[in-house]
Amino acid sequence: MANDEERLQAQDLGYDPNFVPDPVKTFVVHLYRHIREKNVYEIHQMYETSFQTLSERFFKDTPWPSVDAVAQYVDNDHVFCLLYREMWFRHLYARLTPTLRQRIDSWDNYCSLFQVVLHGVVNMQLPNQWLWDMVDEFVYQFQSFCQYRAKMKNKTEQEIALLKQFDQAWNVFGVLNFLQALVEKSTIIQILEQEKEGLEQFTSNDGYDYNGGSNVLKVLGYFSMVGLLRVHCLLGDYHTGLKCLEPIDISQSGVYTIVIGCHITTIYHYGFANLMLRRYVDAIREFNKILLYIFKYKVYHQKSPQYEQILKKNEQMYALLAISLSLCPQSRLVDETVNSQLREKYGEKMSRMQRYDDEAFAMYDELFSYACPKFITPSAPSFEEPLVNYNQDAYRLQLKLFLYEAKQQQLLSGLRTFLKVYSTISLAKLASYMEVDEPTLRTILMTYKHKTHAVDSAGKIISNADVDFYIDDDTIHVVESKPSKRYGDYFLRQVVKLEKVINEMDSIKLE
Amino acid sequence: MGREAAAAAEKGQGGTAYTVEQLVAFNRYNPDILPDLENYVNDQVSSQTYSLESNLCLLRLYQFESEKMSSQIVARILVKALMAMPAPDFSLCLFLIPERVQMEERFKTLIVLSHYLETGRFRQFWDEASKSRHIVEAVPGFEQAIQGYAIHVLSLTYQKIPRTVLAEAINVEGLSLDKFLEHQVENSGWVIEKSQGEGQLIVLPRNEFNDPILKKNTADSVPLEHVTRIFPILS
Repeated sequence: MANDEERLQAQDLGYDPNFVPDPVKTFVVHLYRHIREKNVYEIHQMYETSFQTLSERFFKDTPWPSVDAVAQYVDNDHVFCLLYREMWFRHLYARLTPTLRQRIDSWDNYCSLFQVVLHGVVNMQLPNQWLWDMVDEFVYQFQSFCQYRAKMKNKTEQEIALLKQFDQAWNVFGVLNFLQALVEKSTIIQILEQEKEGLEQFTSNDGYDYNGGSNVLKVLGYFSMVGLLRVHCLLGDYHTGLKCLEPIDISQSGVYTIVIGCHITTIYHYGFANLMLRRYVDAIREFNKILLYIFKYKVYHQKSPQYEQILKKNEQMYALLAISLSLCPQSRLVDETVNSQLREKYGEKMSRMQRYDDEAFAMYDELFSYACPKFITPSAPSFEEPLVNYNQDAYRLQLKLFLYEAKQQQLLSGLRTFLKVYSTISLAKLASYMEVDEPTLRTILMTYKHKTHAVDSAGKIISNADVDFYIDDDTIHVVESKPSKRYGDYFLRQVVKLEKVINEMDSIKLE
Repeated sequence: MGREAAAAAEKGQGGTAYTVEQLVAFNRYNPDILPDLENYVNDQVSSQTYSLESNLCLLRLYQFESEKMSSQIVARILVKALMAMPAPDFSLCLFLIPERVQMEERFKTLIVLSHYLETGRFRQFWDEASKSRHIVEAVPGFEQAIQGYAIHVLSLTYQKIPRTVLAEAINVEGLSLDKFLEHQVENSGWVIEKSQGEGQLIVLPRNEFNDPILKKNTADSVPLEHVTRIFPILS
């Protein structure tokens, strides 16, 4: 049936889905062979480079040949066809706008593909880049579908009929349950636990299986944890999103850092979730690390198809860092390189945000809207007249709640300025300087304390105040937090560095 | 997988709490557990327990199937979240509740109450709460929980606090306050002094947040895990 649709489309769009240029024929034949022979390096080359080159050359604005047209060159292999279709749809989403029918078909393809993987009958080794792209694209198409579905206003009768008929396609339960199933069936959480005890080898093998088995289920399970973090952020459930990511230790490198797209997506959502949970220090720390990493290594990815995405996320994270630092001034957490970039991009906006006047909230609004994820409304639409567009609802709610929080912190900036100037000051005096009465000042002081003492994931209170105080009856005593020299950390890093230098010297053979 | 696990869990040993926690841990994206989660909210209210995970799970399910949402249950979840302060649970719940629902009168009131607590406006909070008895009295332990939060914030802020300020924050006066102070002196290390004026001054126990000397210099402590990483080099 899909084939008939495509034939009709061919007549409409003026391309033939059954035409397979020779280079494409060669491509699928070789890719199929490499997959069967588990030549991971070759698969990666073909997947990353050849596919892009052929797309540029033959399929700039048309889809690749239909799976039926290429199936004959690959023994009609069921699994290869599923993989091919996955790439086919991904290319479609990237270059063209999918129709509702195509969105539904892509969902069906993911169902079939994931079910095959979950049944454990897949015996391939695929490159991590490809496996990450699968999960990433799966979540992206879900997000895209929700956005599409929420624009009910101009839907045709045919589209509405299809939506009603295929209400299971991209259903939020389905999406979440697939990701969860991949995590559970792969037992990736237990594998990571056992790895800490030295009983398993996963990270050290980059996720690959050197015992003749397949890496597909394990690695898909691993990446699905990041997928779940992302979906939960799209729904506004930051707490659960972070819980899904917990088995991955982001203070170290791991399989998630092997693929730069995964690394960035992980930290971006981790940082954003912590920002919304008011754990500003955690957000700042991670944004700082990844922005430094991107600064150093982006030059190596200039030719890759992910380059644009990397740059976009880079800019968004600078915006989020600007917001975090405006709400929680802790400049010593930021590396010099990152700081100078930040000043360049957002220096002026940050000083305006810290003034907390009306203009400030316009800035918070602007940066948040630019940098936030594309929130979704997961529930099925109402088909009753009048049909409305509600695709902005989810975003508007998150923005509103974020600005609400920012507004509650409005008076703290002024207080901070005074605290930096005095070592002790009476409540009466400070109240008169701030032009409020004493009871109001007491509430401001308590707000400051409450907002700068966040509750971490273990329920502990952590202070993130750069300048602190305590009150003795009616006098405020200011406590300046000294910037601490992290000697322990410094020594650890230097020990590792020296070891590296010694090893390098050892390996040099003198002629 | 989902259905069988749910049925098996229900047949399991232990009370409802154990079963529901299992459901939330292993079966969280299953629409069938919605009634169990709703019952659990009512359990939390009557037995003065609390589970953020379970309540977030329920709010998520309401988000997925908005026609099944119960305003009353949502209101109870929000009151419980308020009682969990200083944890940001109230905000976490609001993120999952559609805007048009938040516009309903009782939710607007709860949001105002949360606002007062977030900004240390305890007097306004107790005023508003007394006007909304039907919302807050329905949940046992509410008053004590908020008083606990108030004392928490006061302990971050003050070494010595005037009696009047304390009274306003926890909404207790006169003889009840005397009794309360007695209890705190005996059990929590509070000390009562005479202030320079006429009133009393309550000396709160020192902690790392109201006493710079006790402030742990955590920044320079190195987690054991990081040190173990260089063991191969050192050996």
